Amino acid sequence: MTTTEPTPEVVVDPNAINLTINGRPVAARKGELIIAAADRSGDYIPRFCYHPRMSSVGMCRQCLVEVEGPRGPMMVVSCMTPVAEGQVVRTETDQVKRAQEGIIELLLANHPLDCPVCDKGGECPLQDQAFSHGPGESRFIEEKRHYEKPIAISDLVLLDRERCILCDRCTRFADEVAGDALIHFTSRGNNTQVQTFPDEPFSSYFSGNTVQICPVGALTAQPYRFKARPWDLEKTESTCTTCSVGCRITLESSRDELLRYQGVDSDPVNHGWLCDKGRFNFESVKSDARLSNPLVRDGASLVETSWSSALSTAASIITSALRSGGATRVAVLGGARGTNEDAHAWAKLADALAIDSVDAQLGDGLPAAVLAYPQATIDDASRASTIILLSPDLKEELPILYLRLRDASEKKRSRILEFASKGSGLTRYAWKSVPHMPGNQAKVVASTLSESVVSAQLAKGSVVVVVGRSNLAESDEYTMAALDAVMAAHPSATVLPVLRRGNVRGALSAGLGRRDAVDILTDAANGEIDCLVLVGSDPIADFPDTDLARRALAAVPNIIAVDTFATASSTKATVLLPAAAFGEKDGSTTNLEGRVTRLARKVTVNGTSRPDWMVALELADILGHDLGVASVAEVHADLVSSNPVFGPATRAALSAHPDGVVLAPLATATSTPVAPPVAEKPGFGHRLVVGRKLYDNGRNVSESPSLAPLAPGSYLHMHSLDLERLGAADGASVKVSGDRTSIVMNVVADDSVQRGTVWAAWAQSGANIGELIDATKWVNDVRVETL
Amino acid sequence: MARLSEENVRLANEIIGRYPRARSAMIPLLHLAQEQDGHVTNEAMTHIGELVGATSAEVYGTASFYEMFKFEPVGKYLINICGTMSCALMGAEELMHHAEHRLGVKLGGTTDDGMFTLERAECQAACTEAPCLQVNYRYRFRVADADFDSLVDDLKAGRLNDEIPAHGTVARVRQHIPVDRGVGAVPPEDVTEAPTWMDGKAAL
Ligand code: SF4
Ligand code: SF4
Ligand code: FES
Ligand code: FES
Repeated sequence: MTTTEPTPEVVVDPNAINLTINGRPVAARKGELIIAAADRSGDYIPRFCYHPRMSSVGMCRQCLVEVEGPRGPMMVVSCMTPVAEGQVVRTETDQVKRAQEGIIELLLANHPLDCPVCDKGGECPLQDQAFSHGPGESRFIEEKRHYEKPIAISDLVLLDRERCILCDRCTRFADEVAGDALIHFTSRGNNTQVQTFPDEPFSSYFSGNTVQICPVGALTAQPYRFKARPWDLEKTESTCTTCSVGCRITLESSRDELLRYQGVDSDPVNHGWLCDKGRFNFESVKSDARLSNPLVRDGASLVETSWSSALSTAASIITSALRSGGATRVAVLGGARGTNEDAHAWAKLADALAIDSVDAQLGDGLPAAVLAYPQATIDDASRASTIILLSPDLKEELPILYLRLRDASEKKRSRILEFASKGSGLTRYAWKSVPHMPGNQAKVVASTLSESVVSAQLAKGSVVVVVGRSNLAESDEYTMAALDAVMAAHPSATVLPVLRRGNVRGALSAGLGRRDAVDILTDAANGEIDCLVLVGSDPIADFPDTDLARRALAAVPNIIAVDTFATASSTKATVLLPAAAFGEKDGSTTNLEGRVTRLARKVTVNGTSRPDWMVALELADILGHDLGVASVAEVHADLVSSNPVFGPATRAALSAHPDGVVLAPLATATSTPVAPPVAEKPGFGHRLVVGRKLYDNGRNVSESPSLAPLAPGSYLHMHSLDLERLGAADGASVKVSGDRTSIVMNVVADDSVQRGTVWAAWAQSGANIGELIDATKWVNDVRVETL
Repeated sequence: MARLSEENVRLANEIIGRYPRARSAMIPLLHLAQEQDGHVTNEAMTHIGELVGATSAEVYGTASFYEMFKFEPVGKYLINICGTMSCALMGAEELMHHAEHRLGVKLGGTTDDGMFTLERAECQAACTEAPCLQVNYRYRFRVADADFDSLVDDLKAGRLNDEIPAHGTVARVRQHIPVDRGVGAVPPEDVTEAPTWMDGKAAL
């Protein structure tokens, strides 16, 4: 610059770096790696070990490039070398090519080259790069290394050590990303190999990711092995709706059969990772147990019939219920597992019929008011200086959110302040984990936040409260009261609600949360409901108070169920309509932070199944209501134009933003929770805490043969000192009594459980803990006795 | 098959206290485990992982790098006959042959009475004294067949107990380090002053 006066517009960015790659100028950021800058500039550098979501290790040396140095060009590893001002990088010189060919030749020296029988063949970075950057032939004629082929390193993943090129991706993932360092390089030296500890399998909830990122066919997934060749697979992008994190995935099928899901790197959501439950439950979509035709009750049995007769039976049930007692005698439960369009169609039908007893949740979530607080996104949480957890165990319920928050803590961006009745997967990463008894969290929160070290921490920067239903055996009002205690102490905090079902936020935002399921089922049990419509919901299995759900469903004269499976609840129906499953229908979904993304149909529906929205439209039609929409696109357009919360999620916006569009908070008035302290019931020594494990007996898992065996079963968890006082051995059978009944369970010592409480997992095979939960009580105390 | 004994856990915690990070104590603790059982058991590796905050797989991954950690039971005396150039020229092959016959085991094997394990080693840096061997890492030089036989007899009769302790015994693990000579449990980045015994002379 020649002027002496600095021009004020020119802001010199201290982090900007200019270099040239293959003769062309490239702008980069300080600290960026050459390989990443080259990726952006379109100069592809071959690589095996480098992964943008993990730290660089320089294991494979395939990414060598030439950088101009003081003594001429030198070879550097581009995945370990940061860019520098004025750097001159060349990625395609003869020297570079010779290096690449040399590395490939060495990697192939011990590689079995069994591509014809390898799952990876056709999408294998080693195969591809051997063609594009290899020497074409090998000078190695000696015998190759041999190992037993393949060994199972977990129930889901197999390892073929002969194919492994020791890139450290799987082991790095297990340690850095998943926090489950259960696989490691062993016998380093000539025999370096990936291994687990003897008899300790790689049972991580995230193990499937290693199969996806392995740059060769060394790691294969049991559910996909030998099922297809990559070139036979058709792929389409969609969103996992198994839980409400909403990870982006590709649905991959061949001959109209779903064969695999792969993670897609969505920056605001999943960073390319999936949990194993989300990745492998495609098996349940093609389960033989799926309903394929409508069923109508004939005495004790359900008999197949045509859609037209089933729908007209359903319509006449609704009509007679409306006629006999009015709209209060009809109720709708469910909708949180479908698409936004499903929810909107059912909400429109409920509007048309003036039905107010509608709930997408089953007494196992939080009041919709939680969506009306100032909202935070997952990114906000993972960048917050303090993350306050008032949530269930995220590792068990929302696994990829767990990974994001674990990362925030491990990378020292955030400090986690956890309030919980039982230790969770995040406890070991928490800055502070404050235990509370079920029912007194608001008090514990208020007193903790008033400690000077805690308030100093909160004052450091942004605060995000992650709030969800942590205990199914206590009233949700305690959680809401605890949330209000945080907001009172720190009004600028924002809230990330972690309601769990795939599209629960979409359903609530679309208007399917009008009345609490507890009240609806209580009415039903009292004979005040004549027709109950179950839209993909199973209250007997999912409502925390099993007895109330059972009584309610028994007292309702006519149930109409729309479901993919015959469940404990849907088999009680008068009319049971087969629903299209995930992967069989188009639409959009809303994740827990309110992010709307598109869902794709990849396979044709099972039998004559129909999507939920279509069922609502057809029922409306027979009932004489024109909802004014006739296709999924029209339902979506109507949703966007008639519901201001969905305003930003137009079709065009969703097409333009594959990562989705974030909705506005809900305009519901916040509730004022009443949450009285409840003294321990005399003679009942333990307060009940009921949470979830990732693998349970829900249909996603139980109908996926690869996942079903992973559910742990039903156990009562108790602190070892309480167990000692009880005089029961670890693993012994004990009698657990609530007010209404007793069940027999095996007790296990677990010191993450607080003394004075017992913990059990929801929906496990064996004893059903739901028998002990009374949903009308604030908390549930139980008595534990030896047998 | 055992986890670390109560006494060894006490020692383990003392050793861990010598390092700024617990994980750094992994190798001394593996020695401790090998001393306790003669080899490193799976249970001990799991136990060490618990003590230093690592998974069993990480402990195994570290331990399995080292030839001198044994994961299967070995004899009370581990005999390593050097097989590298000088020793090979001076009859190491023949010595190995003789040893196999004398002990009645093949290379790599352990005698039925659990007394001896026979291994081949790389150069032991005693090439001028070839052929040489080590018993539990104690040298024997210019070993003729007759020397080997008397060595075995002496070991069996317990005549060398003072000189050659059982396999796994590593004195260094048990050495006492005065507190003021250790860096203490402070991570390097937090060390701001030179320890007193450095007289303040050395620059940090
Ligand atoms: S198994 Fe695959 S991911 Fe793991 S180190 Fe080997 S090549 Fe890399
Ligand atoms: S975390 Fe949830 S959305 Fe993501 S893959 Fe798992 S189940 Fe699917
Ligand atoms: S990609 Fe750079 S060394 Fe492997
Ligand atoms: S060759 Fe045997 S000690 Fe060196």
